[in-house]
Amino acid sequence: MRARRRVAMAPGGVIVAAATAACAGPASMLRTAGPGATRVEHFWWLLFGISAAVFFFVAAMLALAVVRRRRPSQGDPGREVEPGWGHRFILVSGVVIPVIILSTTFLVTLREMTALAKPLHSTRLTVAVVGHLWWWEARYPNGAVTANELHIPVGEPVRLELTTADVIHSFWVPQLQTKMDQIPGHTNEMWLQADAPGRYRGQCSQFCGLQHAHMIFFVVADSPGDFQAWETREAQPAAAPSSPAAASGLGVFTSNTCAGCHAIRGTSAVATVGPDLTHLADRATLAAGTIDNTQSELARWITDPQGVKPGAIMPPTQLSSSDLADLVAYLQSLK
Amino acid sequence: MATVTTEPLEALEQSWYEPPGLISWFTTVDHKRIGMKYLVTALAFFVFGGIESLIMRAQLGGPELHLISPEAYNQLFSMHGVTMMFLFAMPVLSGFGNFFVPLMVGTRDMAFPRLNAFGYWVFLAAGIFLYSAFLIGRAPDAGWFAYTPLSDGKFSPGINIDFYALGLIFTAISSTGGAINFIVTILKMRAPGMSINRIPIFVWGELAMSLAIVFALPPLTVACTLLELQRRFGFHFFDSGKGGDPLLWQHLFWIFGHPEVYIIVLPALGVVSAIIPTFVRRRMVGYTWIVVAEMATALIGFGVWTHHMFVTGLPQVALSFVSLVSFMITIPSGVQIFAWVATLIAGRPVLRTPLLFVIGFILVFVLGGLSGVMFAAIPFDAQVHDSYFVVAHFHYVMVGAVIFPLFGALYYWLPKMTGKLMSERWGKASFWTIFVGFNLAFFPMHIAGILGQPRRTYTYQAGLGWTAPNLISTVGSFLLGAGILITFVNWVWSLRRGPEAPNDPWGGDTLEWATTSPPPEYNFAAVPTVRSLEPVWDQPELRDGAQPADQGGRALVGGHLTLSTSMLDGTPRAVIPMPHATAWPLVATAGLLFGFWGVVFGAWLLGGAGALLFAAGMIGWHWPKGETQEG
Repeated sequence: MRARRRVAMAPGGVIVAAATAACAGPASMLRTAGPGATRVEHFWWLLFGISAAVFFFVAAMLALAVVRRRRPSQGDPGREVEPGWGHRFILVSGVVIPVIILSTTFLVTLREMTALAKPLHSTRLTVAVVGHLWWWEARYPNGAVTANELHIPVGEPVRLELTTADVIHSFWVPQLQTKMDQIPGHTNEMWLQADAPGRYRGQCSQFCGLQHAHMIFFVVADSPGDFQAWETREAQPAAAPSSPAAASGLGVFTSNTCAGCHAIRGTSAVATVGPDLTHLADRATLAAGTIDNTQSELARWITDPQGVKPGAIMPPTQLSSSDLADLVAYLQSLK
Repeated sequence: MATVTTEPLEALEQSWYEPPGLISWFTTVDHKRIGMKYLVTALAFFVFGGIESLIMRAQLGGPELHLISPEAYNQLFSMHGVTMMFLFAMPVLSGFGNFFVPLMVGTRDMAFPRLNAFGYWVFLAAGIFLYSAFLIGRAPDAGWFAYTPLSDGKFSPGINIDFYALGLIFTAISSTGGAINFIVTILKMRAPGMSINRIPIFVWGELAMSLAIVFALPPLTVACTLLELQRRFGFHFFDSGKGGDPLLWQHLFWIFGHPEVYIIVLPALGVVSAIIPTFVRRRMVGYTWIVVAEMATALIGFGVWTHHMFVTGLPQVALSFVSLVSFMITIPSGVQIFAWVATLIAGRPVLRTPLLFVIGFILVFVLGGLSGVMFAAIPFDAQVHDSYFVVAHFHYVMVGAVIFPLFGALYYWLPKMTGKLMSERWGKASFWTIFVGFNLAFFPMHIAGILGQPRRTYTYQAGLGWTAPNLISTVGSFLLGAGILITFVNWVWSLRRGPEAPNDPWGGDTLEWATTSPPPEYNFAAVPTVRSLEPVWDQPELRDGAQPADQGGRALVGGHLTLSTSMLDGTPRAVIPMPHATAWPLVATAGLLFGFWGVVFGAWLLGGAGALLFAAGMIGWHWPKGETQEG
């Protein structure tokens, strides 16, 4: 906040205020909730202040040139000698001042890079995040597997091991941390820390084909106690169906194409092509943040995935309405 | 003041005569007509690329719209990038370069007129090749950057990417040939007396561009060849499962891709340096500063490619060096900006349309440059990388540094090219519409990026604060399109109704103003001897169209002749015969086009026929024609 106010004193204050007001969206990198993104936010205001000052300087010089243009003409074009101040002006404005500003900024860059790299070495928890066309898989050390919703404990840096199952993706949660690519044949790492409990939106930021636009995920920051409970619950196999409808739904799941791609731990479905559905009902969205995880949306997603998310790998499944209802009932019971 | 008798003029007319009519546009080797063809063709592709962007902006006018499918969107944004880079920005500046470099250096044609014709035909054929992919609904759809493995045979099995890889190799033939031609022309064909410190800055810009092209395009050609080998013949250069590495593609692509930015920007900056002295009525302050800055930019531009890869997980130490170089490259641009500003302050600006575009350019380019410096700051780059902030930045740089100078150049130079003056009032209307439309279209993208909107998405969700900036961008883009349309209408109007342009409508300083509008086939009745950086201002005898022999003018009658001079001080070395009109380059190009089609469709018979036609064209082109090799 202090940095923000300091810059706001500059001539660009109005623009700063307007930009701050305009940049308060839910996934804004200026509405940070973690130490990584907050460092970058402060850095941004420094860069912004410098840029605003340089821009207004050049604009003022141009205005001066245009205002002075009515001076009486003197002699033929081109006959004027180079003004003595001309070279000094280019030297000072074009070389000396930029060198000072740029080398200072470079040193700040190095300081920030070092500071941002540090917490990576003091993490206790490592989560493996795998990018898929077009969803995210998260694997925890205790065996928990989930998709498109990454839970972390609040207040401590968590190490992420970033890989991909197919093409290049890029993991980006603007409010928490800068982004990092997931590249075939490489394992990249980064750390993530949220200072307050909440849901933080993330989205793939490397073009990855047809549904790059709907490769969304959420980082859910829980209190340490809540996180512990979640992680333990998530590692457990799915509960046995508790109603006749759910029991029938499990049958629909395993006897149709569903089980060809998805796993529900504790059942005969063990495929790993699509997201692990063991605790699907725990998640707030479907199809990587494309739609809400409600009864009707779930049914729509099962029967018409190509209408919801054109190009998605999931094929449509033809079911009788009672089978569909049972299947949805079962999936919604997977807490 | 008839300084040249009519006899030599008649002899020149006869030696340089090209028959009028449609056919001659297919056989001409005159750099001016080729330049005009480049310009018009590149502007046609500019319209295509613009229409593509307007369709995308319509799709992005609101959240979750379904005007076009994701597949169509991906083809459109890929082709928008490929078109604007390879089929518009590069060739349009070659167009102006082709027309004006020989005029500005005071010679009668490019060094290799037939190579020049070939370069144009290949550019046109490569454009037809790439756009033929649209006709069958298989345009490239993995972005203009086509990162592997998304672009390999596994994830992009269609022939879309084959069009991309082969199409880029195809365009590289044209730009490499053109670049070599520019280098030789500028170094060896300048008018006597035009020592290296009297070369107009625009010509320096074309030289810097050409040198960069010669070194930057081979990595792209290599990358595309490797990609095609992997896609077609099962090689594994970029396949991590078989010991390859997708990052290799990114290195090769950006070793080309970053210098490419300067390839496009440098000649456009040269346009700015050509327009300013004329409209402030004084010589450039800091000529040497600007020239050194242009060449330094071309050189340093080869050292920053990795800043496109700041979030790929490369080692931090390596990245910090790239960060340093990326900060450094700002300095030459800063030098040029303050040299222009100093000239504007020292002179008496006359706010005609070309200068308005230049002033608009400076404002926009400074903004784009400043957001560019921000990317050198790695932690900030890692936040906004691949967000709409980047889209905003590079449109400020590319549109700012190309469209504004280009439209300035149209108003400045079209009277010389067509012999007709354009309407000043509509010119100003066009400028203001473009300026407002451009900023409305691209400034909000900075905000969208800061709000977390990733680029290259066919749609976006509501409720994230992205809707308003996107809607404003869409409105702005249509306004920008309207502003561009005004200039095109103005151009057509000037051809029909415009007043005749005098030799020197603006009071310019360089040699193109020392001949008629439009110039005759032989450019100058006498190849002039130059004694100044601003010859037309300092040598009054030039304004009469032909320099008298006693002041150094050389009529060089009695053949299709021009002068070759020494590289540094422009001492005359030889009178060289120039080739005549020919259709062979066109034949060879047609062979190439059929050959490329044959490869892309796997129609080997067609490919073989194309190769034979190409060979026939080359043999015809180079067939010995007697002592001078010309006939």
